[in-house]
Amino acid sequence: MSRSFRALLLAGVLCAALPAGAADGFGLGRPATPDEIRAWDIDVGPDFAGLPPGSGTVDRGMEIWESTCAGCHGTFGESNTVFSPLIGGTTAEDMASGRVATLQRPDFPQRTTVMKVATVSTLYDYIRRAMPWNAPKSLSDDDVYAVLAYMLNLAEIVPDDFVLNEATIRDVQAVMPNRNGMTTAHALWPGPGFDTAGAAPDTANTLCMKDCKAGVELASTLPDHALGAHGNLAAQNRIIGPVRGRRTGPDEEPDDDAPSPRILAEQAGCLACHGVDTRIVGPGYREIAERYRGRDSVPALVAKVKDGGDGVWGDIPMPPQPDLNDDQARILVEWILAGAPGT
Amino acid sequence: MTLMRTAKGDSPRAGPPDPAADVTSGRLRRAPENFLTGEQIHLVSKGRREFLRAGFLAAGAATVAAAAVAAPSAVAAGAGDPDILQTTPWGGSLGRPVAANPYGLPSRHERALARRQSPGLTQVAAASVSFTPLQGLFGIITPSGLHFERHHQGWHDIDPARHRFMINGARPELVRTPKVYTLDDLMRLPSVSRMHFIECGANTGMEWGNVAVPTVQYSHGMLSCSEFTGVPLRTLLEDCGADLRAARFVLAEGGDGSSMTRTIPIEPVLSGEVLVAYGQNGEMLRPENGYPLRLVVPGVQGVSWVKWLRRIEVGERPYAAKDEAIHYVDLMPDGQHRQYTSIQECKSVITTPSGGQALLDRGFFSVSGLAWSGRGRITRVDVSFDGGINWTEATLQTPVLSKCLTRFSVPWVWDGRPALLQSRAVDETGYVQPSYGQLRQVRGTRSIYHNNAIQTWQVAENGDVSNVQIL
Repeated sequence: MSRSFRALLLAGVLCAALPAGAADGFGLGRPATPDEIRAWDIDVGPDFAGLPPGSGTVDRGMEIWESTCAGCHGTFGESNTVFSPLIGGTTAEDMASGRVATLQRPDFPQRTTVMKVATVSTLYDYIRRAMPWNAPKSLSDDDVYAVLAYMLNLAEIVPDDFVLNEATIRDVQAVMPNRNGMTTAHALWPGPGFDTAGAAPDTANTLCMKDCKAGVELASTLPDHALGAHGNLAAQNRIIGPVRGRRTGPDEEPDDDAPSPRILAEQAGCLACHGVDTRIVGPGYREIAERYRGRDSVPALVAKVKDGGDGVWGDIPMPPQPDLNDDQARILVEWILAGAPGT
Repeated sequence: MTLMRTAKGDSPRAGPPDPAADVTSGRLRRAPENFLTGEQIHLVSKGRREFLRAGFLAAGAATVAAAAVAAPSAVAAGAGDPDILQTTPWGGSLGRPVAANPYGLPSRHERALARRQSPGLTQVAAASVSFTPLQGLFGIITPSGLHFERHHQGWHDIDPARHRFMINGARPELVRTPKVYTLDDLMRLPSVSRMHFIECGANTGMEWGNVAVPTVQYSHGMLSCSEFTGVPLRTLLEDCGADLRAARFVLAEGGDGSSMTRTIPIEPVLSGEVLVAYGQNGEMLRPENGYPLRLVVPGVQGVSWVKWLRRIEVGERPYAAKDEAIHYVDLMPDGQHRQYTSIQECKSVITTPSGGQALLDRGFFSVSGLAWSGRGRITRVDVSFDGGINWTEATLQTPVLSKCLTRFSVPWVWDGRPALLQSRAVDETGYVQPSYGQLRQVRGTRSIYHNNAIQTWQVAENGDVSNVQIL
């Protein structure tokens, strides 16, 4: 291959993006409208770029919290039942220093969101795009301000009469308890971008091949009682080959080709919000079975599963489940009313 | 369900194992209903060698059992394996027609190898993880149905005709023409197909402080590898007239409920490595993996490979998104969090044999595992059988690709004595995978993310393999 031909090939690779005969790109795609960009460009940066105008009070935030957020996060944002706790573990001293002291304590049980987050913009952005968990993007911008004001109040960062808006949020940033708690001094970012680019990896093992140490000590082993915590390992390994899985529990029932109601409930995401014996976001299945005992509620409940509903079990609405067909919804309802057997 | 004993019984054994006995003494193995006659159970109880000689090694399959039970007199009459001496059901009958399974499925005998959750790791399954069964996989490609899952707010099967992909700028000056693309548009553009690993930043996260899980599925199974097909993001940015000199970061955003966002480094975008992908292993992405569109960021932790990708914003500063300012931050011993940790450093693990398994017998084994690095190609893997005192170089199986899983293997004759198996990988930058001691010395035990320590599997005298840690 001649050098010039190879150069031509190389140029062809580099210029593959430029189609022959097209002056301006590929002629594919279309300009985004300003409204479309506004609808999707919802990110809020640490410099508050993208923060929408609006405001919310602690009191209004409490109203929304108790109807919409407390189910998962607890009345005070302290719950770890569904998700990691949001509030707790920070002090007035942390607000002064910008470093959360409990993060240095290995004995501190669980990190909360407010212990970790350095940028209050992240909280606004998070709530606005992803909360409430089962109905994301359903809060107005003002309601997002209100919920965030209430959270900041729970964390004792702002007083009871605080009004959070696009101006006061900057004052909050100045007292965020862990605002100085982040570092980019590491080698795990590819390329430039941070002033620590080019940092060397923080470990440096060597290629010793022989007599590398005097002896070996086991630092940790799995306790016997934990061996079966992941079910029967024999049923998680192939039945042929050089090894078998160790038998660490009872044999699992063989797979049935028809999905069981429990598997259907799992696949449809029902169990994300409903426990069998416990409330998560929505009521537990046994609780539902109890309420409708002795009544012919199947058609009504099938409709409710498919179309959603609210008002029966509290303020958090049941979202519609358009992916379920009538048969699946009926299988689920009959199973739930039977007390969700086999769970 | 009948249980058959594969060995002498439950009595604990003292001293060195009897080579004629089952190395997995006392273990119960599943067998099909009515599989064994009383005579055969007696045969089995005499010891595994006898059992093998009688030709029932492949006895896990019900069909084999049927043949064996159907013709006991023939077995007695002939000398040899009944699956050879007798006509098997599949050898003497008509099989099923083409397209009986319009979309083919694995054999029903392979159901043990499935994605599984780790009990207690999360409270709700829509914000959880399912792990790839690395203990049973070959080569480097993960079957799409076994690709690990990590969802923050559940997954959807999105109508591809309604999915849109937008590129815009953090400032209008950064993108001359913000554009919207349909899948029709994107799939007409010049595409590339590349094989890359994807690993969750929290892979092996449960093991930072101590051994917590029994098998490689749970310790390392937030790891998969596929051939991805898509359009280099750079091509699309150029198509929109993005200012690639001013751009320093891009934001990737998902179209699902969590609308996950991550700040993506500009360097792999400019080099053409970052793909806007729709293909995975020759077909479209699976819904659980982002159908119809996901970002591919080779070498970088999985959370940045945003699924159900709906938007790229060209920007000049990092975004401090929820999954880089609250989650996916690495806690150091001094109480600081490392932020924007992204690269998955060089790592390896032996998958056969691995924790929770048992070796069938003494003798030859091909010890095999996976190595990978977010900084490039794997250049070398060493394996130790004595917990890291002495090492031997493993063979790397081809292909050996950048930011892709590499399969290694090393021959081993197990003499029945206890052993401690480790693997240690090296990448093209010269970086050597660290020990637990080296990693903890710098990062402590509470980091959760980016645990790439050398893994140890302990082989006991009875052949049982367990997860242990050596500093």
